[in-house]
Amino acid sequence: MADVKHLREISYRDALREALREEMLRDERVFLMGEDIADPFGSAYKVTLGLSPEFGTDRVRQTPISELGFVGAGVGAALTGMRPVVELMYIDFSTLPMDQIANQAAKIRYMSGGQAQVPLVIRTQGGMGRSSAAHHAQSLEAWFVHIPGLLVAMPSTPYDAKGLLKTAIRLNDPVMFIEHKLLYNTEGPVPDEEYTIPFGVVDVKREGTDCTVVATSRTVLMALQAAEMLAQEGISLEVIDPRTLFPLDVETIVDSVKKTSRLVVAHESPERGGFAAEVIAQVADKGFDYIDAPIQRVCAPSVPTPFARHLEDFIIVNETHIADRVRRLVRGEI
Amino acid sequence: MSEKMADKDERSVRQHSANEMHPEEGPPDDLTQEQLLGMYRRMRLIRGFEDRAKEHFEAGEITGFLHLSQGQEAVPVGVCTALRKDDYITSTHRGHHDVIAKGCDVKYMFAELYGRANGYCKGKGGSMHIADFSQGIIGATGIVSGSLPTAPGIALSIKMRGTDQVAVCFFGDGATAEGGFHEALNLSALWQVPIIFVCQNNLYGLSHPWDKTAFKCELARRVSTYNVAAECTDGMDAVAVYRAAEKAVERARAGGGPSFIEAKTYRFLGHYVGDPALYMPKEEREMWRERDATLKLGRQLRAWGYMSEDEDDQMAADVAKELEEAIAFAKSSPKPPPEDALTDVYGHFDYLGNPLDEGGR
Repeated sequence: MADVKHLREISYRDALREALREEMLRDERVFLMGEDIADPFGSAYKVTLGLSPEFGTDRVRQTPISELGFVGAGVGAALTGMRPVVELMYIDFSTLPMDQIANQAAKIRYMSGGQAQVPLVIRTQGGMGRSSAAHHAQSLEAWFVHIPGLLVAMPSTPYDAKGLLKTAIRLNDPVMFIEHKLLYNTEGPVPDEEYTIPFGVVDVKREGTDCTVVATSRTVLMALQAAEMLAQEGISLEVIDPRTLFPLDVETIVDSVKKTSRLVVAHESPERGGFAAEVIAQVADKGFDYIDAPIQRVCAPSVPTPFARHLEDFIIVNETHIADRVRRLVRGEI
Repeated sequence: MSEKMADKDERSVRQHSANEMHPEEGPPDDLTQEQLLGMYRRMRLIRGFEDRAKEHFEAGEITGFLHLSQGQEAVPVGVCTALRKDDYITSTHRGHHDVIAKGCDVKYMFAELYGRANGYCKGKGGSMHIADFSQGIIGATGIVSGSLPTAPGIALSIKMRGTDQVAVCFFGDGATAEGGFHEALNLSALWQVPIIFVCQNNLYGLSHPWDKTAFKCELARRVSTYNVAAECTDGMDAVAVYRAAEKAVERARAGGGPSFIEAKTYRFLGHYVGDPALYMPKEEREMWRERDATLKLGRQLRAWGYMSEDEDDQMAADVAKELEEAIAFAKSSPKPPPEDALTDVYGHFDYLGNPLDEGGR
């Protein structure tokens, strides 16, 4: 971002909208499809607000509640020359079109011996924090990371959201693009100039020397707050955001661990079988000699998301959880 | 009802109720002699392909699953006769007949069944996933109803790109109890896209009979409630299927939206090679064998004076030779190097996520 001249502070939501708009202007094959995405409603989190008046309701195609139908239609359109961006209102609803995502979109290129390509982006959002209970607050990214043939992006800042979404739309592979419901109102610097962000390149959100924290999505912000807290105590955190969970830039994470010799992986999704396990396995494989302390996960306990605010608060990973764990790790208490 | 009677009911001979075509007096005036002979040859080629594939599977030379289509040839051949090369089809786990009807070369199909590097899918797809994008064969899916949600998107793409292509979605009666069937019909009607749904109702979803799939259901009637033009045709008559398809294709190309064809047919053999099909009563199988659409078209062609006995024999010999050469081609084809298992996962990345190009930047 250093060489960029004109920065504005815009929201994560506006950054995503800019990416969609720019790519729709750039390539007429790009179109949007999903529930409630046309004006005046403009989608559940208002990312597509204003796009249907500009591009029309053919290209901002609002669908009935028919996730299997419209995700499948996205796959079919992508196979035959279009570049659809499909919106799944909640990642929890991905169970309904899962056959189209995991068996069709992900595998057609391979099954056809490389004949097919599926330039499909599935935009969706997850995450807790709005008391929306077990069917509107999950973080299911690990499911998609597990499926060969899918790419998975999970931006934490407006800058990353815009740059990664533009890249996702230009790729010829299916992308699960996972946003976070509590990030849409967050603001950050975004250049006026055109830019894209490559998949498979982590962003070191804060440099430090005592412990590496790899965090995803909104938990990146929690890790950065933890880093602020610990800085007061003389503990220096390096915070790394993978940005794309697959492809995953393991090398930069291992380089960080070489420097800090400690690793904590934090995310909002349940701990068991979560993405942290994959990061840790890869670091153990490629950076075992550099690790001087037990590798730690700071994740939600493996329970469904509860409704009541104080129950939900109890399981969401926050800055205190991360700071406490790092502090104990650095002090040799773990 | 006594147990004995219930058992008898369970094993009753299943046949389709209506729309059986009566033999025509003379040749059809909407198909040329050349077209009809071409259809007949395609049907023989499909039948021969399936018979030879079965032999080679039973001999242990072909691995995996083999879902054969003997008895159903008339459906895709009738439909694909109404299509152009640039039209699209999707198919199913039981799809050899569909893709041969659309134009697949049996050489590369056998090579795929043998898992060879020059098979249609380089040995990565096999029997259930044969695709040839160069002629609109968008691939077969191993998931029952898997292509139903995809196909309306193909038709939507046609509409958005502004061409006059059509998309055909082949599936079986088993798929009609899946949710994707309803979502696909609903969206296609809502969007008025150029799609033709072709249900090859062979009376069984694996072992499960049609009359226990939907309660006293005329499929076309059910589909018509989505405002999709629906008709039922004799799937044991290639000309009848062609006529239904031709109408649907014309409707689609003219912007008239989706159509649905139920082709009533029968699967002569079990669900897969190795299934003794004990659930299909002997008398039922014999009754359907007598209605063999391929033999029927041969009889008609001879009766119409379009083909002599000698020419029929010659065609049989030509088809047998083509299949023999295809099998020889497959067997002599190279196996893919084992490491090929790791390629074609992504366009821009290797399977580990290392970039192959500057894609997307």
